[in-house]
Amino acid sequence: MIFDDFLVRATLAGVGVALAAAPLGCLVVWRRMAFFGDATAHAAILGVALALLLSTSIFAGVLVVSLLMATIVSLLSGKGYAMDTLLGVMAHSSLALGLVAVSFVSGVRIDLMAYLFGDILAVGKADLAVIWGGAALVMALMGWRWSRLLTATLNADLAHASGIDPQREQLILTLSLAIVVAVALKVVGVLLIAALLIIPAATARTFSRTPEAMVVAAALVGMTAAVGGLQTAYWFDTPTGPTIVSLAAALFALAGVIANARRLLWRVMASRAGRRDASGRA
Amino acid sequence: MSLLSIAALDLALGGHLVLENVHLTLERGEIVTIVGPNGSGKTTLLKSIIGALAPQRGYIDKSPGMVIGYVPQRLHLDATLPMTVSRLMRLPRRRPRHEIETALDRAGVTQQASSQISDLSGGQFQRVLLARALLSSPDLLILDEATQGLDQQGMADFYRQIERVRHELGCAVLMVSHELHVVMRASDRVVCLNRSICCAGTPERVAASPEYRAMFGLDDEDALALYRHHHSRPSLEMSP
Repeated sequence: MIFDDFLVRATLAGVGVALAAAPLGCLVVWRRMAFFGDATAHAAILGVALALLLSTSIFAGVLVVSLLMATIVSLLSGKGYAMDTLLGVMAHSSLALGLVAVSFVSGVRIDLMAYLFGDILAVGKADLAVIWGGAALVMALMGWRWSRLLTATLNADLAHASGIDPQREQLILTLSLAIVVAVALKVVGVLLIAALLIIPAATARTFSRTPEAMVVAAALVGMTAAVGGLQTAYWFDTPTGPTIVSLAAALFALAGVIANARRLLWRVMASRAGRRDASGRA
Repeated sequence: MSLLSIAALDLALGGHLVLENVHLTLERGEIVTIVGPNGSGKTTLLKSIIGALAPQRGYIDKSPGMVIGYVPQRLHLDATLPMTVSRLMRLPRRRPRHEIETALDRAGVTQQASSQISDLSGGQFQRVLLARALLSSPDLLILDEATQGLDQQGMADFYRQIERVRHELGCAVLMVSHELHVVMRASDRVVCLNRSICCAGTPERVAASPEYRAMFGLDDEDALALYRHHHSRPSLEMSP
């Protein structure tokens, strides 16, 4: 069986997460929720700790805490604190609380690094099933609600006038975010999940004319980073999660350079054409 | 039955009563403009009609199956969101190409179909939003200060377009505006709102009413100037 090869499992896991993160990452970027994604991910470590303490599944623990975190932030926002302040407080206190809670887990030796930075090479068949199940669920949710989510992202009143409840769409987005965090934990770890959401989407922006094109491009960038990062980490024996994110960052930088070079080229060509016109008239 | 009737509407935002005992009815095909000072609840009233804000008291009765087209005050599109005009027109529901072309044509932005939204001028974007609102063949077109940021010429063009649309689609138009003299000649009926409705009627009646003058701090001469202004341009007058 091909699934017996750990590198194949790792590749599939990375691709699955990249696919689910693409539409979600774009929405997060468009709605300026980058820090929200970060905070949800940070809260995941508390979920890990609670799952270990209660000996339940890590996936379930992370999902519940991430959802709880997102709900609390949604409820508290607009009650006197700025969103970024609130998220800063929640993200880091839940991370700290999670780290403290983990220290109470006796008996088992926990490799905390695996949760902070991911351990994609250790993805088992069951993990793979969870990752692809979660990714498929998120992609189905996104596909189902896409038009509504996009309209609500554009403008809340415009959504209302079209019979869309922006609050409900926000809830679906939050739920999907929690699922992706729970799923991506094994792949890149809590500290880098937000990077996997945001960097491919930001890279894709440069080359996209429509929202859907940006999602497709983000998926391609994410998959390239996952597959390429995995290979690179294998060759150079570097930590896998951070290598994947580093490669995504390199792609982002490359996209920026290409976009600027293209703009410069256009300007040069336009000014040359202008000069030719001027000399032609003279 | 009226297209829309609002009765005894109270609406509070953050514990502060923004609308109080508002009564308003709209008939099919009429153009009604809401005027009022800043913070008088104009936008809040529109938002309650589209269902974005729920009233504390009173009711908003829409005739069954009424379709609303809404043009927001100003739409800020995040720079990270790539969007073409034709994609925006298909949000949230897909539409056949010819319908989109007709709507863009009605709003006077046929050339811009494949442009990026970020490349449009303020006036063009406002027209695209109008076109988008027209796509659903609305019974009621709601415009919230849709001409904000347009120059005099752009504004006059925009209102003429609205009048044309009303004739073609037979829809009622409810709009909010700051531009008093433009409003005066573009509406069948003017409603002065200052938390409650303080006066309403034909533009001439409202312009002459003491409540209206008091609300905008006009003395008799100003009001007269306003009145003359909109009568001095008969070519732009609406037929009732």
